[in-house]
Amino acid sequence: MALSQSWRRTLESLCLSFGAILAGILLFGVFCALAGTNPFAVYGSIWKAAFGTWSTFQNTLVRAAPLMLSALCTALPARLGLVIIGNEGALVVGGLAAVSMGLAMGTAFPPFIVQVGMAIAGMIMGGIWIGAAGWLRHYRGVNETISSLLLNYVAIALLNHLVGGPLRDPSSLNKPSTFPLAEVNMLGSIPGTRVHWGLLYGLIACIIAYFLMQRTTFGFAARTAGGNIRAAKIAGLPVGKLTVMICFLAGTCAGLAGMVEVAAVQGAANESLNVGYGYGGILVAFAARHNPLAAVLISLLVGGILASGGILQRAHGLPDATVLIFQGLVFLMVLYSDSLYGKFGVFKEKPIMIEPPAPPPPSPGQEPVMTV
Amino acid sequence: MSRKRILNVSRRQVIRGILATSAFGLTAKLGTACSPAGSGGTDAAAEGGASGGEPLTIGFIYVGPKDDYGYNQAHAEGAAGTASKFSWVKLVEEANVPETTAVAESMRSMIDIDGAKAIFPTSFGYFDPHILKLAEEYPDVQFFHAGGLYQEGKTPKNVGSYFGYIDEAQYIAGIVAALTSKSGKLGFVAAKPIPQVLRNVNSYTLGARSVRPDATTQVLFTGNWAEPIKEAEATNSMVDQGIDVVTCHVDSPKVVMETAEKRGIFCTGYHANQAALAPKGYLTGAEWDWTNIYSKIAEEIYAGKSLQAGTIDHILRGGLSDGFCKVSDYGPAVSAEAKAAADEAKAKLMDGSLVIYSGEVKDNKGGTVVSASEKLEQKDPKLEQMDYLVDGVLGSVGG
Amino acid sequence: MADTSQAIGWLGVPLAIIAGTMRGGTPFLFVSLGECLTEKSGKINLGLEGTLLTGAMAAYAVSYLTNSPWLGVLAAGFAGAALGAIHGWLSQQPRVNDVAVGIAMIIFGSGVAFFFGKPFIQPKAPQLPTINLGEWSDFPALQAALQISPLFLIGLAIAPIMAWFFRSTRWGLFIRAVGDSPEAARAMGVSIFNVRMFSVIAGSFLAGIGGAALSLYYPGLWTERISSGQGLMAVALVIFARWNPIMCLWASLLFGGAQALGPALQSIGIKEGYYLFNAAPYVLTLLIMIFTCSPKRTLSGVPGALGTDS
Repeated sequence: MALSQSWRRTLESLCLSFGAILAGILLFGVFCALAGTNPFAVYGSIWKAAFGTWSTFQNTLVRAAPLMLSALCTALPARLGLVIIGNEGALVVGGLAAVSMGLAMGTAFPPFIVQVGMAIAGMIMGGIWIGAAGWLRHYRGVNETISSLLLNYVAIALLNHLVGGPLRDPSSLNKPSTFPLAEVNMLGSIPGTRVHWGLLYGLIACIIAYFLMQRTTFGFAARTAGGNIRAAKIAGLPVGKLTVMICFLAGTCAGLAGMVEVAAVQGAANESLNVGYGYGGILVAFAARHNPLAAVLISLLVGGILASGGILQRAHGLPDATVLIFQGLVFLMVLYSDSLYGKFGVFKEKPIMIEPPAPPPPSPGQEPVMTV
Repeated sequence: MSRKRILNVSRRQVIRGILATSAFGLTAKLGTACSPAGSGGTDAAAEGGASGGEPLTIGFIYVGPKDDYGYNQAHAEGAAGTASKFSWVKLVEEANVPETTAVAESMRSMIDIDGAKAIFPTSFGYFDPHILKLAEEYPDVQFFHAGGLYQEGKTPKNVGSYFGYIDEAQYIAGIVAALTSKSGKLGFVAAKPIPQVLRNVNSYTLGARSVRPDATTQVLFTGNWAEPIKEAEATNSMVDQGIDVVTCHVDSPKVVMETAEKRGIFCTGYHANQAALAPKGYLTGAEWDWTNIYSKIAEEIYAGKSLQAGTIDHILRGGLSDGFCKVSDYGPAVSAEAKAAADEAKAKLMDGSLVIYSGEVKDNKGGTVVSASEKLEQKDPKLEQMDYLVDGVLGSVGG
Repeated sequence: MADTSQAIGWLGVPLAIIAGTMRGGTPFLFVSLGECLTEKSGKINLGLEGTLLTGAMAAYAVSYLTNSPWLGVLAAGFAGAALGAIHGWLSQQPRVNDVAVGIAMIIFGSGVAFFFGKPFIQPKAPQLPTINLGEWSDFPALQAALQISPLFLIGLAIAPIMAWFFRSTRWGLFIRAVGDSPEAARAMGVSIFNVRMFSVIAGSFLAGIGGAALSLYYPGLWTERISSGQGLMAVALVIFARWNPIMCLWASLLFGGAQALGPALQSIGIKEGYYLFNAAPYVLTLLIMIFTCSPKRTLSGVPGALGTDS
């Protein structure tokens, strides 16, 4: 019974998500037709450019990689009922910290140790960045959405200031950058592909996040607190610690994404760190309904859309803004599909209808809570 | 009305798109058939120049929108000009491509899907690491990068670097500006204190001071390539400081030109001809002439020459005399005297008798940057690493 | 030393700030008033960045095609309202988060603006006329600073009207009730859906006009980079202003002035750290939030339902 229940719910969310994506693609086709392009030719091109062959699929994977980590930065705090949009900022400071660490360690250590050092530096810095938003939320009552938005601007200004001045490599002539990381310390590609290790980190992080939130007492405590803060306090949950901790973890993910950007792609920190992976991640998180595993799939979808942006310009003469409209339509449809849960009888259990998602039972304080 | 315009545009684009799709199927097949040979480049040399031969697919990548009235538009017009000149050029373009893995993927798709034989990634930031990486992976494809530094033995053989000494045109604009200005105070709205920008500021000032030794150039950095409001504010604050000629080095000079015109001062353009934006105050301007350069390179490739074989130079540089850049036609406010002085300098720059950076040049902190005995020709790599502002510039490179 | 009467030296700094507050503050003013109206009803619209861009594009395009800048302003408002209708409807569906819809609307709105705006980047559209209050002065600098846009004056008028509207009208009361406690509003027999729909659409209408201020007044052109984040910034600005329309006015002027301060200071020789300087408004807003909030008492004036799913 319980099994069939969850089976139906999974089917419902799968059908709704795919339906929404299809609807978005359909709307985009209508748009293309209105713009004077044959939508079916466009679909063909998109398929070819994003998923058609192994080589083009790698294009999608490359673009999806940073989105997975970035999405977790929004998805994790969402379980506590917090809306964090500071992904971009955490990614940027994470990248900065990773580069600083990589440069400080230089070639005095084995590359693996340096890479771990860079990852830790990036994660801690990103964690502090978002953790601060969480701390402000709980202990000062500052709205976390706005504070994390403001922190984005602060991070970007900091990046520009540091790479333009104090951290600038004087030989980075026309594109101010920090000193480059030593070649040996760079993260390579996953063997046999051109996709960097960030994809694997993203996958692993999403899987860990899923188990952390769904299968541990820590996650259970967080979800309880997210359901009802007052009840959670009465139940004796350390809501403040949970808030800061979850936000810190969320920030570490975005910080790691920043580290991957510098250590696998750019080789130094510069303004290219700030290209919108953060905002992309927010949407992925919401479209995935804050489920880390779904975030992996949605990241692939967005990666595919981004990968097809080029062919829309090259093969169909559509302006570069077309891909923004495509992305916007798909996201709006996916967000809309959230409101359709429970509206289709097919997915309903016949005898008793339980509103998905089932509210967590307000448990008395016996639940062991992982305090950290 | 609006609908109609848009439809017109897209219909033309559609036709181009259809042509492109049918063409690339062909080239892609042909491309894969002969690429493993490795010496594909020299093969083509035999039948080079024959019209009606295999079309040449060239990819262009821009960091911003293609129509920004500035840097990207100058390149896009050059690309379009080349494509319309030669029927055998097939152009594939992508705009708004960020300097991340996105550009690597764009180049790859252009090569793999569209069969591009030469790629022009036009933003400086594409070079390291993206172009370098792709160049190693695709040794048969030629990569021409705007503004990069080719280092013999270090940079892959199939990467070339091209850029123009547009500061020559800025030098002439400086002369015209100084001779038109009443106050002798010139203004320069700049994006970032990087060598390319500093060189323009300095040449502009040196040009101005060559005819009017008391002239000064106030430089204001906005911090980013496209900051319309800050550019407008910078221009306004310059006017308030008594500056009566402004120019700029930002991605899109439109704001600066229009603001100058509104405030009733003069301006000199950059990237493209902006005379239409400031009919009264536009004096002259430093313009790129990419059609010229791109056509030349396209012809050379079509004739079977290549970077790999060393038959195309790895470093393509040039100024006014090589047709990389030009000076806009003089505006109505330019006096006969100023025209004469400018034309004289232009002639001297063209025949090589005038070297902008010939000693002694001092920076604006009092130090000597070019000693009295030195003459830095335009090709001198020292000039591509400029990190100072010459005497007469008000401002500092400190971030 | 010809014509020194034009040079005003360091006096240029306060002048630039005064002029900058009015020039650069106008789009902030409209967008923040729009956001204020939206948030009063209990919804956040982060998508105003897209609305601003679409407004700027629509205003410029219509002004160019019809030769009437005022028609352009109107078109900007309606284009904004259309995007607002999408946001208002979608963000009120069950389980749909308004922040997420906002970010999707940024992407969609800027896509629409850039796609349809392509043909209008090159041409020059007629600009809104300005009211010259500085003709008595001999200083061209002062004259230029006192060229005031009628849009700014309209914004100046809307702020107190909106404050009065919230305070003393039935409709204002409905909006506040819906924003503060939807339960009470429902008990009063007010349709929460309709009130929020109205607030979001009207707010987006204003934000669209803010876009028109960018493209038809200052800096007065249409490019894809026209907005440097004013739309997103407005969300913070409203909090800075504590959801008070009059305070929105002051905050917009402050933020507008801050944009002018950097170039003005550089022009008299102070030039270190302009990136950090550009971040000043954000840091300031954050600090104010930190010092005025407390876990027990949220910001005074905050609509109770803001950021909740009710």
